[in-house]
Amino acid sequence: MIAFLKRYEGLWLFVHSPAAMVAALVAVLIMIGAVFAPWIALVNPYDLSSFSLFDGLLPPVWQDGANPKYLLGTDDQGRDMISSILYGARLSLVIGIAALTIAAVLGVGLGLAAGYYGGRFDAIVMRIADVQLALPAILTALLIDGIARGILPAAMQQDLRVAVLTLAIALSLWVNFARTARASTFVQMNKEYVQAAIMMGQRPSRVMFVHILPNILGPLLVIMTVDLASAILLEATLSFLGIGLPADSPSLGTLIRIGMQFLLSGEWWILWIPTLFLVALVVSINILGDFLRDVFNPRLR
Amino acid sequence: MVYFILKRLVQSVFVMLAVAFLAFSLFRFVGDPITQMTGVETSVADQERLREELGLNDPFILQFGRFTSDMLQGDFGFSYRTRQPVAEMIADRIPATLELGVVALLISLLVGIPAGVYTALRPRGIATQAILMTTLVGVSIPTFVIGIMLIFVFGVQLGWLPTFGRGGTVQIGGWESSLFTLEGWRALLLPAITLGVYQLTLTMRLVRAEMMEVMRSDYIRFAMARGVPMRKLHYRHALANTMVPVITIIGLQFGGVIAFSIVTESVFQWPGMGLLFLESIRFVDIPVMGVYLVVIAFFFVLVNLIVDMLYVAIDPRLRIRDVQ
Amino acid sequence: MLTIKDLAVKFPSRFGDVTAIADVDMTIKPGEIHGLVGESGAGKSTVGAAVIGLLAAPGYVANGKLSLGDTDLRKLTPEQAHEIRGDRISMIFQDPQTSLNPLMTIEDQLIETIQAHSDVSETAARTRAVDLLEEIGIKNAAERIKAYPHQFSGGMRQRVVIALAICTDPELIIADEPTTALDVAVQSQVLDLIRRLARDRQIAFMLITHDIGVIAQIADRVTVMRNGRVMETGETPQVLGAPTHPYTQALMDAVPPLDHRIARFRVPEEDTAGVVTGNAAEKWLLEGQQYALTGLTLQDICVRFAGPRTSLFRKPEPYVALKDVNLEVRPGSIMGLVGESGSGKSTLAKAITGLITPSSGTMHLGDDILPDGKARSRHHPSRQLVQMVFQDPYSSLNSRHRIGAILTEPLWFYGFVQDAKERERLAAAMLELVGMAPDAVDKYPHQFSGGQRQRIAVARALLARPRFLICDEPTSALDVSIQAEILNLLKDLQAMFGLTILFISHNLAVVRQMADDTAVLRNGVIEEMSATEDLFARPKADYTQKLLALTPVMPREWQSEAVTG
Repeated sequence: MIAFLKRYEGLWLFVHSPAAMVAALVAVLIMIGAVFAPWIALVNPYDLSSFSLFDGLLPPVWQDGANPKYLLGTDDQGRDMISSILYGARLSLVIGIAALTIAAVLGVGLGLAAGYYGGRFDAIVMRIADVQLALPAILTALLIDGIARGILPAAMQQDLRVAVLTLAIALSLWVNFARTARASTFVQMNKEYVQAAIMMGQRPSRVMFVHILPNILGPLLVIMTVDLASAILLEATLSFLGIGLPADSPSLGTLIRIGMQFLLSGEWWILWIPTLFLVALVVSINILGDFLRDVFNPRLR
Repeated sequence: MVYFILKRLVQSVFVMLAVAFLAFSLFRFVGDPITQMTGVETSVADQERLREELGLNDPFILQFGRFTSDMLQGDFGFSYRTRQPVAEMIADRIPATLELGVVALLISLLVGIPAGVYTALRPRGIATQAILMTTLVGVSIPTFVIGIMLIFVFGVQLGWLPTFGRGGTVQIGGWESSLFTLEGWRALLLPAITLGVYQLTLTMRLVRAEMMEVMRSDYIRFAMARGVPMRKLHYRHALANTMVPVITIIGLQFGGVIAFSIVTESVFQWPGMGLLFLESIRFVDIPVMGVYLVVIAFFFVLVNLIVDMLYVAIDPRLRIRDVQ
Repeated sequence: MLTIKDLAVKFPSRFGDVTAIADVDMTIKPGEIHGLVGESGAGKSTVGAAVIGLLAAPGYVANGKLSLGDTDLRKLTPEQAHEIRGDRISMIFQDPQTSLNPLMTIEDQLIETIQAHSDVSETAARTRAVDLLEEIGIKNAAERIKAYPHQFSGGMRQRVVIALAICTDPELIIADEPTTALDVAVQSQVLDLIRRLARDRQIAFMLITHDIGVIAQIADRVTVMRNGRVMETGETPQVLGAPTHPYTQALMDAVPPLDHRIARFRVPEEDTAGVVTGNAAEKWLLEGQQYALTGLTLQDICVRFAGPRTSLFRKPEPYVALKDVNLEVRPGSIMGLVGESGSGKSTLAKAITGLITPSSGTMHLGDDILPDGKARSRHHPSRQLVQMVFQDPYSSLNSRHRIGAILTEPLWFYGFVQDAKERERLAAAMLELVGMAPDAVDKYPHQFSGGQRQRIAVARALLARPRFLICDEPTSALDVSIQAEILNLLKDLQAMFGLTILFISHNLAVVRQMADDTAVLRNGVIEEMSATEDLFARPKADYTQKLLALTPVMPREWQSEAVTG
């Protein structure tokens, strides 16, 4: 039994960390809600016919004047808040996960190769990473967005918004993966099992992906979690700046921007409920990231 | 040591060149500069003449060379939107952004470093757990939400502080500063806190992690074993050794501070470079975008060079060669 | 005087309290050097940490008496304990490279320590520090004291560490493996210094080490520990020369002697851990002997590395790792290669295996030319014929791969066996051959001890059907009893399959037991090469003579009657 627990130490730590379990629960619930939004949500916020202006500005159920049909109230257009949030979270997560996947594939590939081959190839990759670092995430994202505006015709711009946004976020995150993968690969390259594989005459791709990659997954997983949070925050920020997604297909960031108009009026829920939701999602992901970091780096425990 | 500094200098020049190239490509290939500069009524022949005058028909590398040398001489071209020289537009905005960024960085360091040391030395304390949880929430709240919350509480509900603009500023030799009037400081406070919170949490967590690592090192254990007084042990031995990695990251973060000032400036309508950049993105004002890029990269590179010199000052291993 | 009685230390864990050490008794008198010896996991460092009050975080003293003179060390408040550290008890750590604060000068660290425990002026403290450095053998101390730690060599740094430990005149010093990271010559100087300090200043030393030779050389009394318990304690000649406890006896049997060769080490669990003969793996290996015994010849091998670049305008000085190395390994023999750290032993191994490309020289494997690293294709036959057993069994097996996957990799990679099931069967049989249970194929590396992992690593090398085996410090990460088992195994396998072996080690005694011929490497140059018995009996090169003279050994009369050969 003890041997089993020691083997699955991560699991043991998980069931003994209330914070991690609550965070996982919140994150999973939100993700389920987002995935099944079309079936759960009361109205489709993208479909103007599914809601009515007459239901506009209704408060949450615990306040006077609420309609029990809309648990968390409605916005000025009469959209059910819960529906908007579920669809918004869906969009935020799709963009975040897609961007993360692109960034991880690009970054881990380049980082592994840089660490494996070293020398000139490594120098070139790292100099590109330096330039990328000199242009912080939000700047890269804004820039790509600006370029897309300049190049693409107006009609295509609307269609490609999500793609541009995803690419912008992905490009600003790959450096994290590349640097982490490279540093970990360097450590592994000095390990004797890698030298044994190279000595045998195995193909570089096999050494990298079969031998080294499984041994550096830990730190990469941590980066992945933390960067998913960053991606969601970045998307929200860009949408808030009015550069991300338009108001008719709102993400969580767009919802908050719309809610800002009601900062000074009485309809607090239009701003604060999506905000609370976004923060809850990101906090959960970050708690999980922290937890994973502790698991993989026991010395900080 | 000289070699070390020189090497970093060469790398910095490389980064600057790459960013300049990016800015130039932006200018040259995103939209046609000529159609942007001239109105609809300009004839095709006139356009061609202008194109020739501006050297847009020259070989690419020549154009890039000219672009770079113009920049080195302070000629940054004209804005498509306002027709003003970009250099002036940016120069007007630099003080606001720099003051905001520096004050934010100071806040993050002055709070972040002591908090990091405290939580590293008392890893199991209740206060530590509370601080760690707070900072975790801190990194999870988007900057703009923090800004909105501060505006809501201190601006709207309590009415203590202004919620937009720079307040009172003083001109000092062409530098428009808000650091010399009470009004200026009052206006600066909320944006600086907004911008500083994220950096603060990063700094704190970093100092904590490094400090804990150092506290486990052999030389700290040896210092413990010979009874070096605890205060000296913590500050003279441990914190000093923590500083090398910490200043590296702070150097890297400075770029982030300037970039995130875009968000802060937007929330507080702070008339800095970030706001200008946002406006120019909306109007596809390519020259301004390009120059902003170059200026940001320049600050980043400059700060990191300073960091490299700090290394040399802190770490004798870089200063003095081994004489075995 | 230090008195330890019934000491127990426990570490709370989520599986309940784990007892690290229990029932430990020990006394150390002023001026006495008390050796504390044991293999890894014996708890010897925990005893030292408990005495000085620096147990790792959750650990605590659960029981027993700890006193220094009239002071009960267990009754002290944390502040009082910190006062006593340095003042009355001090400590020396293993690695001088990491024991000193890199950002402070030696002077600052010394003065700070002296002033922490006595109320003297800075000038007085400085004078004392300079005198002390002179006393422990640092020349020109008034000048050198201004230097930073990185400006001293390893041996000098350990002297500085010792100066820091004694600058406050402590009664007791706990020395935790103080010479393990040092080369033989420096080790001998540091041991002399410790002996002198014990005699002249009447400092009591608790000398924690795994090296029986070191104990034999300088300890007055010795305590042998295993699994957190004391096995035996007494005067050094009595404990080492006539051990009464079976564990001590086994330990002494496993220590390789320097002055003669024994055929095999006597190992207690010989029956279970020995080579199994007549199984499938043995047959498979024997039918694969399609090549005759294969020797290796190196001619004028030079290896250069780019040195650190220090100027923009000058080309960096190349660092010469190997210079004109000529080496002939006779077919079917074991060639021992001895050298201290940095002598270029591992570089030579890497040049042969193709991980490093020599700048000049030629290599022959048997009669065929062995191409340089860069020129050697991935499919060159030598990649199969030459195999290696590495130093660190914890990093030589991929921890994410199943043992079965690790062992069958050479079988399919070299195209020996096509059928996957057959490969697994052969891997299991090979495990049996090297003395492991065959069901190990379904486990992962972390489920095995260091010695077991090294057996697995040997099995992996054999599954490539090698003719030439490089063993790079194969036992230096292992405890001495495990070392004896692995050395026995290698000897047996070599005899069974006619392997040619290049056996690399820093340990002269181990090489004497293993090698037919021996070469001595120093700073990339072969100092001397001849038949092992000649080289050890009549060393010609000054360097070899010095090495042999300075290596700590047990007096002949203490050695047990091992099987001589």
